[in-house]
Amino acid sequence: MPARTDTLARQESRLAYRLISPTLLIVVVVVVLPVIWTISLAFQDVRLINLRDAGFFGEYVLDNFATVFGSSGFWSSLWTTVVYTVGATLGSIAIGLVAALALRKPFRGRGVLRAAMLLPYVAPVVAVTFVWSVALNPQFGIVNAWGTRFLGWDEPVPFLSQRDYSVGLFGVDVTVPLALLTVIAFEAWRYFPFAFLFIIARLQALPGELDEAAMVDGTSIWQRFRHITLPQLMPVIALLTILRFIFTFNKFDDVYLLTGGGAGTEVVSIRVYEFLTARTDIGAAAAQSLVLAGVLVVFIAVYLRTAAARGETS
Amino acid sequence: MSVDTVATAPSAAPARPPSRRRRPRSREERVWGALRVAAIVVLALVTIVPFVYMLVLSVRPIAEVLLEPGRLWVAPSEVTTDTYREVLTPVDDGGQGFLRYMGNSALVATVTVVVTLVASILGAYAVSRLSFRGRGASGFLFLIVYLFPPILLAIPLFVLFSQLSLRGNLLALAIVYVAQTVPVAIYMLRNYFATIPVSLEEAALIDGCTRLGVIRRISLPLSMPSLIATGLYVFMIAWNEFLFALLFLVERRDNWTVSLGLSRLSGSIEVPTTVLMAGSVVLTLPIIALFFLAERMLVEGLTSGAEKG
Repeated sequence: MPARTDTLARQESRLAYRLISPTLLIVVVVVVLPVIWTISLAFQDVRLINLRDAGFFGEYVLDNFATVFGSSGFWSSLWTTVVYTVGATLGSIAIGLVAALALRKPFRGRGVLRAAMLLPYVAPVVAVTFVWSVALNPQFGIVNAWGTRFLGWDEPVPFLSQRDYSVGLFGVDVTVPLALLTVIAFEAWRYFPFAFLFIIARLQALPGELDEAAMVDGTSIWQRFRHITLPQLMPVIALLTILRFIFTFNKFDDVYLLTGGGAGTEVVSIRVYEFLTARTDIGAAAAQSLVLAGVLVVFIAVYLRTAAARGETS
Repeated sequence: MSVDTVATAPSAAPARPPSRRRRPRSREERVWGALRVAAIVVLALVTIVPFVYMLVLSVRPIAEVLLEPGRLWVAPSEVTTDTYREVLTPVDDGGQGFLRYMGNSALVATVTVVVTLVASILGAYAVSRLSFRGRGASGFLFLIVYLFPPILLAIPLFVLFSQLSLRGNLLALAIVYVAQTVPVAIYMLRNYFATIPVSLEEAALIDGCTRLGVIRRISLPLSMPSLIATGLYVFMIAWNEFLFALLFLVERRDNWTVSLGLSRLSGSIEVPTTVLMAGSVVLTLPIIALFFLAERMLVEGLTSGAEKG
C-alpha cells in the first residue's frame, strides 16, 4: 500500500514538472540567466565595440564600480530617484485613499466613474505622456492658456523643461524643482487608480459593526475615520507603499517620455539607458543597474516579510 | 466577502433612508458630504479631461489649435478627419504609417497572449492542484520576476539580441513579453482554478479522464471568464509596452509598434501635434474598448486577495 501511494505521488509530481516546464524554461532563459549575466558584465570592461568578444567569463575588474561611485552624476541621480519615488508613492496612495473614501458609498453613476478612474492606469503610457506634454506646453498647451487667462500667470510656465522655478510664496521667493515636481504629479496621477482599487476592495470588506457602535457613542466622522477605518486600512496601505516603491524606483518609461531625463529629472534607470545606448558603455550600465537591483532586493525582502505577517494575522 | 454584502445589504437598505431623512443632518455631516462631492467631481475631471483633450485635439485643425490653445470643445463645422488620414496612411504615400504599426502591435500582442495563456494554464494548474517538490520555490521565483524591473533586464537582453542579431525581430520581442507576463497570468489563473471544486475533477479522474483531459474538459470551461480577463490583461501589457520596443526595434521603422511610432515621431517638429494626437487616439482606443468590455473581470482578477487580511 505505501509503495502504491508513493508511485502515485511520484506520477503526480512528474506531471507537475512537465506542466510547469514551459513557463520555467521561458523565465529562466529570458530572466534568470540574463540577470546572472548582468552581474558578470558589471565586472567586465565591455563596450558595444568589443561586445562580440564579451561572454560570461572575461577579465573581471572593479573599474565600472569605481567609475560609477566616483562620479557625482550618479549620486545626484540616485537622490533624484529617491525624491521621485517617495513623492510619487505617497502622492498616488494619498489620492487613491481619497478616491476610495469618496466612492465608498453607492451613488448614481458610481460604476461608470469607478471604471473611468482606472483610465490613467490602463491607457498606454506613450499616449498619456504625450497628452500631458502637449497640455503643459508653454506655446500651445491648454494648461498655460488657462493659467495665463484665468489664473493671472504673468507668463507661461515651462513645466517639463525648467529645472528650478522660483515662486513667490507669502512674499518670499522659494525655488522649487519644477520639472521633477511635474513628473511626480504625473506619476501620482497615473498610479492612484492602482492604490484606489486595493484600498476600496479592503474598505468594502470591512465589518460595519465597529463603525456603527462608535456612531451610537456620538463620535465625529473624523474620529471614526482616524481611529476605526484608517487603522484597519493600514496593512493594505503598508503593502501598497512597498509595492509602489518597488515599481517606481526603477521606472523608466514615464520620466523618459516626459522629459527625456532632462531638467533635473535624471533618475538612475534613465542613466542606465543612456550609458547603454548613447555612451555604449555596457559595463558601467550594468554596474549601475546592480546598484538599483541591490536597493530592490532590500525592498522585496521587506515586502515578503510584510506580506507574510499579513497572512499570519488574518 | 460577497456573502457578507449579500447578507447585510437587503436588510439595511430599506431601513436606512427614512431614518436618515427624519434625522436632520448635522453640520459636520454636511461639511464632509460637500467635501465628498467635491472630491468626486475633481477626480472625475482629472481622470476624464485629459482623454477628452486628446480626442478634441485630434479632430481640430492645427492652425486653430495654435490660434486658440485653450479651447476644450470643437465646433462641428471645424471637425477634420485629415489628421487620421495622415497618421494612418503608409509612409511611402506621405503618411505616418500607423496602420502598419497597429498591425505590428497586434501581432506581437496576440502572439504574447497565446503563448502566455498556454504556458500559464498548464503552470497554474500544476501550482494550484498538484503537489510537487519546489512548488513553493517556483511560486517565489514567479513573484520575483513579477516585481523585477524591466530596466535591469534591458542590458543583458540588449546585448544578447545584438549578438544573435535578433534585434528588430517582432517574435523575439513577443518572447520577452511572455516572460514578463507569465508570472501575473499564473497568479490570476491559480486563484481561479483554486475555486473549482476538487470533487468535480476527482469524479472525472475516476471515470478515466487523464489530467490533461481534466484541464481541457473541466478547468478550462469553468474558468472561461478568468481566462478572458487574463488574456485581455496580457494583451494590454504587450500593446502598451515601450522600453523593450524602443531597445529592440528602433532601427527597423517598418517593424515599429504603435507606442514606439508615436514616441519617435513626437520628437520631430515636422509632424503636426494634431496628427500625433490622432495617433494617440488610435493607440489608446483599442485598449479602452477592451478594458470596458472586461472591466469587472479584470478588477476582480487583479485585486483578488486584497480584501482579506
